[in-house]
Amino acid sequence: MVELSVADLAIAATLVLLLALLSIRLRSNISQQLIIAAMRTAVQLTLVGLVLKVLFANASFGWVMLMALIMLLVAGREVMARQERRFKGWLGYAVGTFSMFLSSFAVTIFALVVILGENPWYTPQYAIPLLGMLLGNTMNGIAIAMDRLTHSAWEQRAVIEARLMLGERWDQAIAEYRRQAIRSGMIPIINAMAAAGIVSLPGMMTGQILAGAAPVEAVKYQILIMFLISAGTGLGTLAAVSIGSKQLFDERQRLCLDRLRQP
Amino acid sequence: MSKPPPLLQINQLQRLMIGPLSLQVEAGDCLCISGPSGSGKSQLLRALADLDPHTGEACLQGVPASNIPAEVWRTRVGLLPPESVWWLPRVGDHFHGDLPVSLEHIGLSAAILAQPVGQLSSGEKQRLALMRLLSNRPQVLLLDEPTANLDPENTRRIEAVIDEYRRAQQAVIIWVSHDPAQIARVADRYFTVSDGLLEEQTIEGRQWLN
Repeated sequence: MVELSVADLAIAATLVLLLALLSIRLRSNISQQLIIAAMRTAVQLTLVGLVLKVLFANASFGWVMLMALIMLLVAGREVMARQERRFKGWLGYAVGTFSMFLSSFAVTIFALVVILGENPWYTPQYAIPLLGMLLGNTMNGIAIAMDRLTHSAWEQRAVIEARLMLGERWDQAIAEYRRQAIRSGMIPIINAMAAAGIVSLPGMMTGQILAGAAPVEAVKYQILIMFLISAGTGLGTLAAVSIGSKQLFDERQRLCLDRLRQP
Repeated sequence: MSKPPPLLQINQLQRLMIGPLSLQVEAGDCLCISGPSGSGKSQLLRALADLDPHTGEACLQGVPASNIPAEVWRTRVGLLPPESVWWLPRVGDHFHGDLPVSLEHIGLSAAILAQPVGQLSSGEKQRLALMRLLSNRPQVLLLDEPTANLDPENTRRIEAVIDEYRRAQQAVIIWVSHDPAQIARVADRYFTVSDGLLEEQTIEGRQWLN
């Protein structure tokens, strides 16, 4: 395995700088965002590397759970921020975060206990990266699906209410938009699974191979991860869209768009 | 034996600028409402169909709306909005129950059910939307300017079908209209909206018609 020095990373950083200069010349205003994002990557990943180092040295259940909780809460905030017309108040945070908790934690614990079987099951070398992979992907799925759901409810208000006026139940009136939302939340992971290995070499596997692992071993882990991610994303999306669509209606099955925030 | 409760009873209903208003309507009565735009006529109809939160309550044959599941209430108290909405590709996909009046009767052929929704004219849309609502057999029919954009011929057709339905089913009709001639033709009682309340008016031109 080739050890990377700080100088190696600095050389890679000059590529990002070149891109930023290029975009200034082309009068695109993306350069500032690009630089800030690149700096965040360097700082955040360095910090998490240090945190993981300490965590691996003190593998107690409490510390692992604390780390998992922080990851969940940050992911929940991210899901909320990515929705244009999210629910107002605590609901806007709770729907996504609860769905992610339900799916990512369940799937991670299942994988740790049933498939990997490390002792103890919460060994952070396995638990934290797995949870991170799952949270990152369910986060995308749930954010896309909820954005789609609330957007459709807003745009198709006339249709949903016309169906209610004709005596349909709330779940019949919104069924089509619920289906579309679930579909759009799951399409990215389905596409990633379909293209894996042919069009793209997934990042985790690539990383393992670069770090010196045998390709076949890396591939096995990648397949495991893909399956876990699709299960986690699917479950999380289903949960979020089910809770979210129910919350769009009140106890008299009226469409309550005033529960959504204006963008 | 006590008198049966009126078909529709409204008790202290209040929603945004409307109310609190109370009203009793007997089966088979057609009640017209007019008032300047923005006076809350549509709000009243939406509250009666239980599409918007409100205080007070409407009762059907003495049973309050809160004792009836929302989707059942809206089947019995059907609202026809000013603009009809179609969400499936073909006209016929939107129809479930059998029609109380034949399509020929309202100037349409049965073949229209096989047509794509995009090919309908506004007159056809409005007549079909009424038929779609009537196929639920509502006991109370809430009509929000059902003939606002229609020519005289289509207006008469719609009026005739509503009248026939009202007689056959002994339904209550609450009809928002701006046309005094139409009100004179169809109304049993006539109200104007002012300051969120309904004021009963005499129906002008009615004696002349009779």
